[in-house]
Amino acid sequence: MTRNRSIRRAGWLAAYLPILFISSALAQDKPYFVTYSHDLEEPGNLEIETKTALARPGGGNRYGATAMELEYGTRAWWTTELYLDGQATAQDSTVFTGFRIENRLRPLMRDHAVNPVFYVEYENTSGADKTILEVVGHDGQADLAGPNDQLSREHQHEAELKLILSSNVKDWNIAENFISEKDLGHDPWEFGYAVGATRPLRSAASGRSCAFCAERFIAGAEAYGGLGSTFALTMRDTSHYVAPLVGWQLPKGVRLSFSPGFGFTGTSLARVYRVGLAFEFDQAGGWFHNAPERGGSQGGTQ
Amino acid sequence: MMRRTSATLMFLFSATLALAAASSSRWLHVPTKDHARSSPLAGDPDAIAAGALVYREHCQQCHKANAMGDGRKRPALRSERIRTASDGDIEWFLRQGDLGHGMPSWSSLPEAQRWQIVAWLRSIQ
Repeated sequence: MTRNRSIRRAGWLAAYLPILFISSALAQDKPYFVTYSHDLEEPGNLEIETKTALARPGGGNRYGATAMELEYGTRAWWTTELYLDGQATAQDSTVFTGFRIENRLRPLMRDHAVNPVFYVEYENTSGADKTILEVVGHDGQADLAGPNDQLSREHQHEAELKLILSSNVKDWNIAENFISEKDLGHDPWEFGYAVGATRPLRSAASGRSCAFCAERFIAGAEAYGGLGSTFALTMRDTSHYVAPLVGWQLPKGVRLSFSPGFGFTGTSLARVYRVGLAFEFDQAGGWFHNAPERGGSQGGTQ
Repeated sequence: MMRRTSATLMFLFSATLALAAASSSRWLHVPTKDHARSSPLAGDPDAIAAGALVYREHCQQCHKANAMGDGRKRPALRSERIRTASDGDIEWFLRQGDLGHGMPSWSSLPEAQRWQIVAWLRSIQ
């Protein structure tokens, strides 16, 4: 048990120590945990974010599951991400539960009333993954209640496709996600949804640097759940959640977010608390190729 | 089944890349309605001060602290193009970005903050 605790502490330190020493810019992301908006990472920037879910499934032990997300702006219309997932369950163990690689692509180069984004993900996780980054099919709290050694034996190689539709209307962001997930074995397609809306508490920026100004806080809500599968396209035994959200953009590129989620069907977790901590690094792509280009065109006429 | 899923993923990915490569948006195509808009914060000293902060947080990493860009892909913002553009042109361009050429869309910023950036850009010309 003491060893487990030491491993957990070492993991947290390894995750956070590098980011204490690097300066960074202000992130401008919405505090969604499950829903995606059409905001992509700025090209060349790297964002490191941890998303932690804390819950207690019926018949199981309390757990904390963290997804560490490395998000890189490959192009202004293309963001690529790597997730590393792990979890610790009380009176059980701490386990690494797998990784995910995703790409988000904006097919339309202009901003429209509704902006589509294609999301493509490959997921290699174990059944012990409890991060709940999406809810699909008939996912429920029973999937999260087993002991880690038993859940870890189940391997999930999945492809996930999402259609993200998102709009910015009068300082509000409204986003709808349609999710389909396919185990690359013989399991059926599973479907889910996520919808959300957020707004900064104040639109105009203050003329001074401040950590507690109203414009640094974004509030909103999201709802997400499963929609069955191709084997049973029904809402029966599906999980659904509604979750208020608050995000706080601190100076130096740090963003904190918090969301208590409430399940409203029998198969849902009664409550799931989520905490996010993000750091954004300016132009991380330039760390590897800083040599000036010769004969490049002078800017100014974009 | 796995092969079909992989093929679908590859198709979606390639189609998006092709679409992205084919499209481009330049602010030469600003709609008349947007071109004619004037800034509600023009000349407001508070808006200029706030715009400087918003610029520092979101734009400076590419366009540099002196707004002169990097002389390569990131253009200078103290330029003839900015001087001759209308307030509406600049706000439209901030909102739209130019994704095909590396400029993100800043529609995620509240409109008031985009006008604050416009006010600051005007003040440094």
